[in-house]
Amino acid sequence: MAEAPAPFLEARELTKHYGNVLALDGANFSAYPGEVTALIGDNGAGKSTLVKALSGAIRPDSGQILIEGSAVTLSSPLDARHYGIETVYQDLALAPDLDAAANLHLGREIFRFGPLHVLNKREMRRRAVAAFADLGVQLKDVTAPVVTLSGGQRQSVAVARAVAYASKIIFADEPTAALGVVQRERVLDNIRRVRDRGIAVVLISHNMPEVLAVSDRVEVLRMGRRVARFKTSEATVEQLVGAMTGALTTEETPPTGPAADNNNEGSAA
Amino acid sequence: MTSGTDGAGIMSAPDGGIMASADEGRQGLGTFIRRALAAGETWVFAALIIEMAIFTGLAPGKFLTVNDLSLTSQTTAPFLLMAVGETFVIITAGIDLSVGFVLVLSGVVAGTYYLHNGGNNAGTGTIWIGAVIGLATGAGFGALQGLAVAKLKMPPLIATLMGLGVAEGLSYLIAGGTDLRSVPNKLASGVGQGSFAGVQWLIIISFLVTLLFGLILAFTRFGRYTYAIGSNAEAADRAGINVDRHLIKVYALSGLMAGLAGVLDLGYFSTTTISGHPLDNLVVITAVVIGGASLFGGRGTMLGTFIGVFIPELLATGLIIVGVNQYWQYILTGLVLGAAVYLDQIRRRLREHA
Repeated sequence: MAEAPAPFLEARELTKHYGNVLALDGANFSAYPGEVTALIGDNGAGKSTLVKALSGAIRPDSGQILIEGSAVTLSSPLDARHYGIETVYQDLALAPDLDAAANLHLGREIFRFGPLHVLNKREMRRRAVAAFADLGVQLKDVTAPVVTLSGGQRQSVAVARAVAYASKIIFADEPTAALGVVQRERVLDNIRRVRDRGIAVVLISHNMPEVLAVSDRVEVLRMGRRVARFKTSEATVEQLVGAMTGALTTEETPPTGPAADNNNEGSAA
Repeated sequence: MTSGTDGAGIMSAPDGGIMASADEGRQGLGTFIRRALAAGETWVFAALIIEMAIFTGLAPGKFLTVNDLSLTSQTTAPFLLMAVGETFVIITAGIDLSVGFVLVLSGVVAGTYYLHNGGNNAGTGTIWIGAVIGLATGAGFGALQGLAVAKLKMPPLIATLMGLGVAEGLSYLIAGGTDLRSVPNKLASGVGQGSFAGVQWLIIISFLVTLLFGLILAFTRFGRYTYAIGSNAEAADRAGINVDRHLIKVYALSGLMAGLAGVLDLGYFSTTTISGHPLDNLVVITAVVIGGASLFGGRGTMLGTFIGVFIPELLATGLIIVGVNQYWQYILTGLVLGAAVYLDQIRRRLREHA
């Protein structure tokens, strides 16, 4: 997997301040097509900030984002979408009063009668049913407001939305955090299925067994920097935890230091 | 319970309108009854019927005569129009306190134009221009309030309270402290007091506008974005909806409705009624909230508002007919508003633990 020709998405030396807090301190990251990259790190390591920067939700203070090798500026989530980037947010970002079909199409409604922008509810409902069936999600009623759904079902709606539209890469920020065992398995199955379509998947997770079960590579973030990379097949829970807590570092440390990015991949194994 | 969002009727839904009916037909009467009971409109309508029954019982033969109904509808027209705009605003989880005052300001601006352009004898063309000026005043004023909410991130309560003060002051300044009586006779006899096929123009216009915006709310992108923003503005933003721009449009719409009400009011009374609308906002907000719209946003329907607006209005007429001091209307309206908001909170809690 690591032999994949070029990353679809690459971050170089991203920094981001929130007031006095340095959330990203020269963070690097790369994601390859057809691969699940797990992004792990302790609380406050900068995972969510990094994902927000890479999905257009925030602008980094400095650093470069490259898509298929060329530098881009992602000024909004909409901008990121045009590059085929979709995100499943930790807080789901659903409109609770709208139904599943409406949420699936939020911001991408299907219209009739041209300039009148009349919603084609029937078509949206039909596609929603198809999208959920595609994911093996059973929703009794796609016209029920999502506030009436269970946590797992809501998660399914959020995942289905990302899956339905992502053409290149999906960021999934703790997509299984609120789920039961069965639903968790289903989400992980979906992640594999999406990967097998050749899409890059970035999974942010705290759950080490889950990371080992579903990812192809692991990138570890600590204090706003990437500190280690592993091939999942060669990594152990101890190594991952060690990298997260600072006991183990396989990456270069100072951003200004000599570029030592060449031979580190999986070197801890 | 889901109330509101999956009700019956063409004006009643982000979803589940005309297009759903084919599927629902198969699910049978039980589903229909369950949905009807869950829909906010059913309860509002029941409340309205009870209110009518009480007054009819108290004053048999006097309440609910044809004459009485049409008079009520006429005086309700401006409230209905303002409630149409307020419905959109409240669904975005906002509030517009300025409605009655923007009504007055629009009327005063239009009235001032008439004063300098023929006054009572102004022709049709002048009347139209004045009307457009009045509408533009309302829409522009509303857009400014929307700007304060969307771009300056002011709480809607404060932005429109500010607007309320500004509109009130401007009205007195422009009018010179007294009501303008320079209303074209043609406006008064035509739209103001006139009728078409036996129905007053005020009623026709306000009902058609309500129907139009009810359809827009239930079936178009504009309506869908309104619900989405009120339900979760952050989600709407991430989904690529231009939240700020939409909010400005919604407040502009509320101003536009107040402006239209202002022009019609000018025709109805043949004068600017500068001091006559201090509690319009109370009546309008109460109507919208009784109609099932949630102050927390995301829920509400035009059908609910349409029914809801008649509750405080019939209360006013009823109290007069029964011979109770009409100032009780405001006390009762205030209490009804409180009760409706309390019920909404209970409903919301029940639903979230469902």
